[in-house]
Amino acid sequence: MIKVWQYSMYDLIRSRWTYIYFLFYLVTTMGLLHISNTLSMTIVSLVNIITILIPLIGTIFGAIYFYNSKEFIELLLAQPIRRRSIFLGQYLGLATSLAISYSLGVALPFLIRSIWLTDQLGNFMILLAVGILLTFIFVGLAYLVALSNNNRMKGFGLAIIIWLFLAVIYDGLFILSLIVFEDYPLESFSLITSMLNPIDLSRILIMLKLDVAALLGYTGAVFNKFLGAGLGVGVAFTALIAWVILPLTAYLKIAAKKDF
Amino acid sequence: MIDIRNLHKSFGKLEVLRGIDLHIPESKITAILGPNGSGKTTMIKCVLGMVHPDEGEIFLDNERITGGWQYRENIDYLPQIAQFPENLKIRELFSMIKDIRQRPSNEDDFIELFGLEGFLNKKIKNLSGGTKQKVNITLSLMFDSPVIIMDEPTAGLDPVAIISLKEILRKRKTEGKMILFTTHIMSLVEELAEEIVFILEGNIYFQGTLNDLIVKSGESDFEHAIAEILRNKSLVIKPSAS
Repeated sequence: MIKVWQYSMYDLIRSRWTYIYFLFYLVTTMGLLHISNTLSMTIVSLVNIITILIPLIGTIFGAIYFYNSKEFIELLLAQPIRRRSIFLGQYLGLATSLAISYSLGVALPFLIRSIWLTDQLGNFMILLAVGILLTFIFVGLAYLVALSNNNRMKGFGLAIIIWLFLAVIYDGLFILSLIVFEDYPLESFSLITSMLNPIDLSRILIMLKLDVAALLGYTGAVFNKFLGAGLGVGVAFTALIAWVILPLTAYLKIAAKKDF
Repeated sequence: MIDIRNLHKSFGKLEVLRGIDLHIPESKITAILGPNGSGKTTMIKCVLGMVHPDEGEIFLDNERITGGWQYRENIDYLPQIAQFPENLKIRELFSMIKDIRQRPSNEDDFIELFGLEGFLNKKIKNLSGGTKQKVNITLSLMFDSPVIIMDEPTAGLDPVAIISLKEILRKRKTEGKMILFTTHIMSLVEELAEEIVFILEGNIYFQGTLNDLIVKSGESDFEHAIAEILRNKSLVIKPSAS
């Protein structure tokens, strides 16, 4: 597995998209730090960017890379390696290289500002962790969809729809249901609903940690009220990790049974 | 040797293999023939564990291989479509597969034979189809495994490379390797194959030597004998080996 991982990362490190992705975060973070000049405001702005962009890029790159490595996977399947190692290696290859591009792009400007000497270090670490988790979640979802659909266009379309649904439509439906059912107690409903969307979870997680009440939103407030900031962060974090594990497990299960 | 027993495989409603029983002998070159969609590649992929059979068993040297993976140490496989991670250089691709297999290899012989020296530092995405196929063949022959399985080995090759390939396969045979290949090129079968397996609609219609096939079909030559099987699908010539 380590070898497949290593080589697929090696392949990606040569791709110019990896650098474009890295440069985007580098320039954006530097720009935000320059404009707002405060670390916490920059972190809040970055949250809004990464919760949309990381899922989108993870989805697109995931689907493209998986379909492009189909023949390579077939080459590996004929080698004396376990199937699981091939598919896990491919997944980790893309997820880690995207996560590294993101982490370096965001971290370098903060390091220049000596983030470790400030009180924002914890918030910054959470921002990094959430970005990395979102990368793993959406690469996993994209791989799951791509593996289940041999038809590229269908797989690609479906992956984008999942992103669109979780990033945009879900919130709309959620708010709509809050308005429709406003006469009922909605706390546990909204607590569960936000757990079912990794993008919402990420936003809540960082806002809870940052303690920006104005930006918490309804679900964030519910999290805060019922679980408190500390437990809320813990629960949201655990739920995000479950979001990494579940699609990955399904992906590996399907891979084990699939014919190539 | 490879033993295939009662192999069944369907993709949805499409029944590709319908109970294949086949014994592939050691130290021989066996050609698998059949029209497009007859099940040749699916059968090969079942042997490699890339396709999971619905029913049936496969044995390599009397050991059951269905569901395993270590046995692939002993098989060199040439897939039909050659495509690799596009940002890797050929040199890196070779070292990667060597690294994965951890076995001695003689890729330099093939690099020289196919004139690949000048391409070693080129990225795979910049190669022509024929050059990719040469890389593909090198990858599938450089480990000197006891079993060699090639799916359409001559596809995209120039005549000089085809001659080299034939020589290599003959040499490997004299070294006692089992060689299995699929093709649509009849002259290649006539030149190389000692054993012919004919698959049609997921069943074995013939197994035996070239002469057996011509004699049993009552035709004058190989091409007509094949055409006769295709024309008259009820003509089942019982496998001679079983």
